[in-house]
Amino acid sequence: MNESANKSNGNPEREIVIVIRKMHKWYGQFHVLKDINLNVERGEKIVICGPSGSGKSTLIRCINRLEEHQDGEIIVDGTELTNDLKNVELVRREVGMVFQHFNLFPHLTVLDNCTLAPIWVRKEPREEAEATAMEYLERVKIPDQANKFPGQLSGGQQQRVAIARSLCMKPRVMLFDEPTSALDPEMIKEVLDVMIELAKGGMTMLCVTHEMGFAKTVADRVIFMDEGEIIEQNKPHEFFDNPQHDRTKLFLSQILNH
Amino acid sequence: MAEVAVSPQRNAISRLWNDKESRSVIIQIITISLVFAFLAYIIHNAVVNLQAIGKGFSYNFLWQPSSYDINQHLIEYNSRSTHFRAMLVGILNTILVAICGIVLASIVGFVLGVLRLSKNWIVNRLAYCYIEYVRNVPVLLHILLVHGLIVHAFPVPRQAISIGDLTFMTNRGIFSPKPLYEPLFLVVVVLFLLGLAFMWWFRRYAQKVQDETGQHYPVFWIGLGAIVGVPLVSFFLLGSPITWDVPELKGFNFTGGMVVRPEFIALLLALSLYTAAFIGEIVRAGILGVYYGQTEASYALGINRGRSLSLVVIPQALRIIVPPLTSQYLNLMKNSSLAVAIGYMDIVATIGGISLNQTGREMECMIIVLALYLVMSLIISMIMNWYNKRIKLVER
Ligand SMILES: Nc1ncnc2c1ncn2[C@@H]1O[C@H](COP(=O)(O)OP(=O)(O)O)[C@@H](O)[C@H]1O
Ligand SMILES: [Mg+2]
Repeated sequence: MNESANKSNGNPEREIVIVIRKMHKWYGQFHVLKDINLNVERGEKIVICGPSGSGKSTLIRCINRLEEHQDGEIIVDGTELTNDLKNVELVRREVGMVFQHFNLFPHLTVLDNCTLAPIWVRKEPREEAEATAMEYLERVKIPDQANKFPGQLSGGQQQRVAIARSLCMKPRVMLFDEPTSALDPEMIKEVLDVMIELAKGGMTMLCVTHEMGFAKTVADRVIFMDEGEIIEQNKPHEFFDNPQHDRTKLFLSQILNH
Repeated sequence: MAEVAVSPQRNAISRLWNDKESRSVIIQIITISLVFAFLAYIIHNAVVNLQAIGKGFSYNFLWQPSSYDINQHLIEYNSRSTHFRAMLVGILNTILVAICGIVLASIVGFVLGVLRLSKNWIVNRLAYCYIEYVRNVPVLLHILLVHGLIVHAFPVPRQAISIGDLTFMTNRGIFSPKPLYEPLFLVVVVLFLLGLAFMWWFRRYAQKVQDETGQHYPVFWIGLGAIVGVPLVSFFLLGSPITWDVPELKGFNFTGGMVVRPEFIALLLALSLYTAAFIGEIVRAGILGVYYGQTEASYALGINRGRSLSLVVIPQALRIIVPPLTSQYLNLMKNSSLAVAIGYMDIVATIGGISLNQTGREMECMIIVLALYLVMSLIISMIMNWYNKRIKLVER
């Protein structure tokens, strides 16, 4: 049908949504991402882990161009990310993102947070947008908070609203940047449960997270990054039981013994 | 145990004083008494001193003829009018320059604030230099400078810079044609008002359509057509029912037409461009004060730059901007009293200046001037506080 389907020989199971090829990024002189190559299939769940400062956030922020890469190519759903603003907006509509610090709009109610982009970007009628929003708020189990402001919710509730807000744009890919690291321990589970539900529904997901339990249950592939490079990637049980690289072993021993 | 035994032994006064609520009441009573005692003392003092030099306290002079001219009067006025009328003229002139100044300063200030944040180096530096120069020179010098420029750099009426032989820029002001309305012009006015009413309705309608179908009307352009386009077309169809009283050079000056005086232009430009520099910094701080994650979150949802600014950043920046903006508006209004330096006839120059000198009623005149500034300040504060409350964030 479309181009990316052809590439995968007409087999819809293996349709590739994100292609990253020989991608490099610098912050000034600092070479933060080095020769990144990554293909993501439709419906695939990828967990990215690695030490702090290894470039995990930068990598997934390049996928919706919150950061620009300087070399190589990134193609999302057949659209290459360049300086073309129209293409960037196109990609951002298809790619949802959840941030560590939620970044809800504090001046809008939960419902308005969820309908803002559908109304202004997808030009949906308000009623339709609100109906969709309520549907997703129900799915993240907080429909009763719809008319409150973000400041009145707990951290876990805010993060679930943030997930619902992204889903309201009906994205084909969801990016998560440490969605649970700013949360108190008792709230982590409620957010992870929502993410697991989402994964079961077939969403394509890239998650930066250190929740290894989540990685084991959900991930199709775990990627380990260090100093701006992808060091190792494997199926979760291979990755955890039989790490190939010394740096991976060191990292795993640090987070698992802790 | 020991505590319980001690407390009842304290006397009543010390108990009142140590109770949180009654202490605050006591402090308030003492403060208010002191303020009133002070006021009573100075008023008494003034009355005694006025009597000693043989002056009463009376506002009767307000009804006597003022016997001085005011070149810019928004209401009917001549030298046979009363001091009271001179005062009204002064108030209107102050209000005129304050309102025009606040509007102009806000527009220029907002633009400056956004330019200051531009990634374009030249634009950014230009805005920076402008702000640093303007806000580091006293406003009185700006007023004198702009006034001096107009009076000395602009030509005398005989060599006026003519714009199409209709408008003339001179050192005595800008002379432009004055419209004389014919009865048919009423139709145009009615159409204009209908246009406004239509727009008021259409905006709601467009919002409703957007809510129901998601379709976005080009509200701005339709509004422009209704409010400006239709009246304009009808104006020409009706055969331009306006005649113009074009200013003409008679002797050393222009007669006829309308004039904007150099004092007004100088005061307006100086006050608003000066205040705009401060507003620019306030706007910049407001926008920077909104956490960048907000912009990123809206980008990530596919919202474009302009919409992200208007839907997400500015509404949050306003709550940082509005309180200091209020002080800038108050400053501008009060700084307009510097008008006296270039002879713009505001409250201070009329009732607090010439009327005061002619009648010798210092006390009465100064009380009027003070009261007027106070009232205007309170009105501005009230409006801004109301607005500030409306945009306040709901927190936990
Ligand atoms: N805006 C920036 N400017 C310069 N350096 C940055 C910027 N953002 C991140 N970095 C650096 O890039 C590296 C990777 O950052 P990041 O992707 O946030 O790491 P991670 O998410 O893996 O902790 C870090 O060393 C960080 O200091
Ligand atoms: Mg990070």
